[in-house]
Amino acid sequence: DIDDVGHKYYLELELEDVLDKDRTVNCTAEVLYHLGSKSTAPDVQVTVQGELRSTEEADKEFYNRIRSLEKELVAENIPDSHGNVPPELEPIHLLAWAASGYVIWQNSTENTKFHLAQVKHVKQVKRSDEDLQFDYVLLLHEMVSQEVIPWELTVLWHPQRGARVPRD
Amino acid sequence: ANMKLILIFCALIGASLCLETFVGHQVLRIKTKNEEEVKQLQLLESLEHLELDFWINPSAPALPVDVRIPAVSVQSVKAFLESQGIEYSILIEDLQDVLDQEKQDMAESAQRQRSSSFDFGAYHTLDEINNELDTLASEYSIVEKIQIGQSYEKRPLYVLKFSTGGSKRPAIWLDAGIHSREWVTQASALWIANKIASDYGKDASITSLLDKMDLFLLPVANPDGFVYTHTSNRMWRKTRSKIPGSVCVGVDPNRNWDAGFGGPGASNKPCSDSYHGPSANSEVEVKSVVDFIKNHGNFKAFLTLHSYSQLLMYPYGYKCTRPDDYAELESLGRAAASSIRSLYGTTFQVGTICKTIYQASGGSIDWSYDNGIKYSFAFELRDTGRYGFLLPANQIIPAAKETWLGLKKIMEHVRD
Repeated sequence: DIDDVGHKYYLELELEDVLDKDRTVNCTAEVLYHLGSKSTAPDVQVTVQGELRSTEEADKEFYNRIRSLEKELVAENIPDSHGNVPPELEPIHLLAWAASGYVIWQNSTENTKFHLAQVKHVKQVKRSDEDLQFDYVLLLHEMVSQEVIPWELTVLWHPQRGARVPRD
Repeated sequence: ANMKLILIFCALIGASLCLETFVGHQVLRIKTKNEEEVKQLQLLESLEHLELDFWINPSAPALPVDVRIPAVSVQSVKAFLESQGIEYSILIEDLQDVLDQEKQDMAESAQRQRSSSFDFGAYHTLDEINNELDTLASEYSIVEKIQIGQSYEKRPLYVLKFSTGGSKRPAIWLDAGIHSREWVTQASALWIANKIASDYGKDASITSLLDKMDLFLLPVANPDGFVYTHTSNRMWRKTRSKIPGSVCVGVDPNRNWDAGFGGPGASNKPCSDSYHGPSANSEVEVKSVVDFIKNHGNFKAFLTLHSYSQLLMYPYGYKCTRPDDYAELESLGRAAASSIRSLYGTTFQVGTICKTIYQASGGSIDWSYDNGIKYSFAFELRDTGRYGFLLPANQIIPAAKETWLGLKKIMEHVRD
């Protein structure tokens, strides 16, 4: 408890690589939830102890594949009702996870617990610059209220520059 | 000629009586660090009296060496490796256990092919599930399908009764799918139904359980919602009842029970996914179960399946104080979670609803507990959020198997 400021949490986390279950990396984090304010995102500082593996090749391959599509990619319901994700859509799914992390961070309080429930819809938008753009409709599940909330967001991605959310 | 025949006959009998067993045999994986150690292992290989069976022979330092060691030689081989500083790990503790399990798996699989073409490892529609309930009831004499009521949209609420006789024997209640989007629960309930039916007479624990008690299983507690998740909205949770004065549909059936009804942890807004409804038991899906259990009058346990989060909870949800039977329920919950973990390492957190997940009023196990059914537990099955409600079908059977171990632990305690 920090008087007149809010609540601060000190966390020790172990991250597991979703694509390589044996690979873990430790990190520490500090999260400050501001008093009263429902419209400010919590402050977050993270320190990763160790290295995240390089995904350069896979990134390049995905980037080239999408850039070379004649028609813009469109997909829905990832995973589908039965939990399936077609292999070629897995990177789109993973990107949605990363993007949902941003949305969840921006909208979390001490009384919410969000998970990405499903990618309802995704549409690629071709750009004149080097970025890939995907317009997503995500379904976020909030555990305490049990609501499933649709969320529109645009994600930009580039192999070197990574993922960015310009507006949400 | 006769002598020869007798000799052959004796040899054959001898051979069949001398079945090889692998009790106490261990399989070790040896990690060699250099050529020297490889040579040591090759030396070991040459000692025929040890009867070592190399599954991967020693050849180069970079490759692991796997070897099966007969029981009598296990200690001496390990002593040898340790004295030479050679690293090893135990791949298989007792080979016979593995073989016995494999035999059992194969027998079960063969029986599955024979008896039913129902794929328990896939998600099904309501019609497919109801057909399978009929199949189970016709295939097993201890299984009977009964109807305890109708949903809002007039779909039958089917319960499977597992009984070996008697009249109003002490009974166990198990339901799944009260929240329709939690698909792994209806799917697991089907697998569990089949497991119980086929294990009776074969598994000592189930047999003794059903010889003393009855089991009632409601695999689809919210059929209207379930159909809606197939036809319109995979994320639908509530019933499909019309709410007077609102455009929104449906009530959260697990906020509708008469236990702290309308209190904190439920919403009074019809459009909310945790809307408690206009009054307790307003939902026919809930009222049907309440009436059935009250009329029966001899239920000893009330168990309900939800997903996701991997939790094993007991009352209370509507208040954050401990139930009178806290110590026993906590201890039993821990034992059940331990059983669950023993299969695939899946961890379930144990505790009261309020402490473990959130305060929630009008929940089913609070009602059952306050109505004298001591052993009231709610399970939240796999996973912890990676797939959430959309759990891949290939996890149905693992989830069902591990959950079953937890349920069994609780049922055995109730029986005894």
